[in-house]
Amino acid sequence: MSQSAQRIVNNPKFQELVAKRSAFAWTLSIAMLVIYFGFILLVAFGKEFLGTPIGSGVTTWGMPIGIFTILSAFILTGIYVRRANGEFDELNRQILEETK
Amino acid sequence: MRAVFTRIASTVAATAAAAGTLVPASVYAAGAVDGAVQKQATNVSAIVMFLVFVLFTLGITYWAARRTKSAKDFYAAGGGITGFQNGLAIAGDYMSAASFLGIAGLVYANGFDGLIYSVGFLVGWPLVLFLIAERLRNLGKYTFADVASYRFKQTPIRTLSACGSLATVTFYLIAQMVGAGKLIQLLFGLDYMVAVIIVGVLMIGYVTFGGMLATTWVQIIKAVLLLSGASFMAFMILAKFGFSPEAMFKAAVDVHPKGVAIMSPGAFVSDPVDTISLGLTLMFGTAGLPHILMRFFTVSDAKEARKSVFYATGFIGYFYILTFIIGFGAIVLILGKDANGAYPFLTAAPAEGVKAAVASVIGGTNMAAIHTAHAVGGDLFFGFISAVAFATILAVVAGLTLAGASAVSHDLYASVFARGRVNEADEIRVSKITTVVIGIVSILLGIAFENQNVAFMVGLAFAIAASTNFPVLLMSMFWGKMTTRGAVMGGAIGLISACVMIALGPTVWKAVLGHPTAIIGYANPGVFSIVLAFAGIWFFSITDNSAQAEKERRDFEDQYVRSQTGLGAEGASAH
Repeated sequence: MSQSAQRIVNNPKFQELVAKRSAFAWTLSIAMLVIYFGFILLVAFGKEFLGTPIGSGVTTWGMPIGIFTILSAFILTGIYVRRANGEFDELNRQILEETK
Repeated sequence: MRAVFTRIASTVAATAAAAGTLVPASVYAAGAVDGAVQKQATNVSAIVMFLVFVLFTLGITYWAARRTKSAKDFYAAGGGITGFQNGLAIAGDYMSAASFLGIAGLVYANGFDGLIYSVGFLVGWPLVLFLIAERLRNLGKYTFADVASYRFKQTPIRTLSACGSLATVTFYLIAQMVGAGKLIQLLFGLDYMVAVIIVGVLMIGYVTFGGMLATTWVQIIKAVLLLSGASFMAFMILAKFGFSPEAMFKAAVDVHPKGVAIMSPGAFVSDPVDTISLGLTLMFGTAGLPHILMRFFTVSDAKEARKSVFYATGFIGYFYILTFIIGFGAIVLILGKDANGAYPFLTAAPAEGVKAAVASVIGGTNMAAIHTAHAVGGDLFFGFISAVAFATILAVVAGLTLAGASAVSHDLYASVFARGRVNEADEIRVSKITTVVIGIVSILLGIAFENQNVAFMVGLAFAIAASTNFPVLLMSMFWGKMTTRGAVMGGAIGLISACVMIALGPTVWKAVLGHPTAIIGYANPGVFSIVLAFAGIWFFSITDNSAQAEKERRDFEDQYVRSQTGLGAEGASAH
């Protein structure tokens, strides 16, 4: 391993960054998978529910749930980028600074 | 302008058959303009607007050509694209004309089911962001093979990745070229062959002279035009109903032959295994498309790479919501009477008291969005949307061609054939020659496949990307114990199993080759081929005791540090 890489690995801040960021990324990934496959399973086994009108109109529960799935993808990416480009990048900057 | 929509009985039958039997097998059929079409009367306003687009983009290509000097400029636009621009360009790369017309057509024909399809194409993006984008940007240079082969033996991994890239690009290109020829025939009244040649020649021009910089701007302009046009349509449709979705749904239910059934899931999901398989293929396929992965090297650092995905997800998600509204608007505007009590977009008015049939729309269900443009914006806007559809195809094929050319010049020529001993000028020259070759080959394939069923090809491209490119790339970044042998074996197993299962499955064995029943019952091999690829990588890595394997495992730590921190990563070029 190169010297600078070795110094980074030994930096507790690096361990902190990697642990926090990985946990965050995997949590959000699992959230996305749960939402998406939840939607698909509802489509497969919950047709009745998705086809139930909301109130007295023709709009069914499937509509807001489908739109929510689309919006959730955007919101989850937003949550990740906000924290990664702020908190994590600041930590990363410090690590690289201390390695010089 | 009514004359433009002359009767096309054959398409009506063909597209209706494709969209009507909504099993997962045909999900990609909606993504391609398929079936026989008849040439239309020449559409002058559309041609004029398209010419304006072409002149403008050629101007950009000229500007880009003067700035494209190094290999980094050619492959990665010098790394100077911002996150926002790249987000638009990714959206421009991903939103094909066929997906615009296909999804709107699906919603028009089946209502709610169109939404299931859009969702599948979107949800891969967050995973690209969480797991791939920043590591890819930190480790790579021009192609995803740079990352996949980072600590491994160059020749085998580069060759495998180039095969995966070229297979994905070729199948995707054929589907796009055939779709382009048909669409342009339908919208502009040009000959199929003329249309395919125009697309091929323009894409060669953009890529050879302007490289990634020109390709990026063509994609950005196209994304802006498509999003603006679709926004205008959705706005006009909603305005008709006082911005009440409930009123719009009510009007659609009243005129659609399926009635209230368009508000709930229909036949889309027939087999849960196939559906989950489709979902996996769409998700991981998105994360393995070479022309999309390549876009992450055009930004300056990991921060901008993350922003790219955020904006891209927003634009693509917004676009799918728009197409959903446009599809429902199409139901009302096409199947309902207009202000004069007529049905201008149907081949024949329905009998009194009977609902109009979905398939009686002029030009087939894929034309639903185009008719809707005509209904809400008149002749001029109809011309605009037709021109945008053409521009959209150009942007997508340019991105694909650049990715294919890079796989040949950067991975096969520079790294495998010349073993890294090559100067930049030679590498760029090979890339340009390859671009011309890919352009000519895709024109020929476009002509050869004119009357073939190409709907399965987009599915095949996604399946290969998900079963070869994605597993090798992901494991190379996440799993320190992977070795060259494991990557090559696992990737090859994924590639072969995906191709064989599709060839023996319902989409090819039954639909294309005409056998009565498919040997393999599942249309989407993803759940098997992706798992096999990962299992192959695992098994052939842990049993690999060679000295080379030991070295590769030791080198992981360096790679890991760089992937996490960007230490030593490629920066933007000086100018």
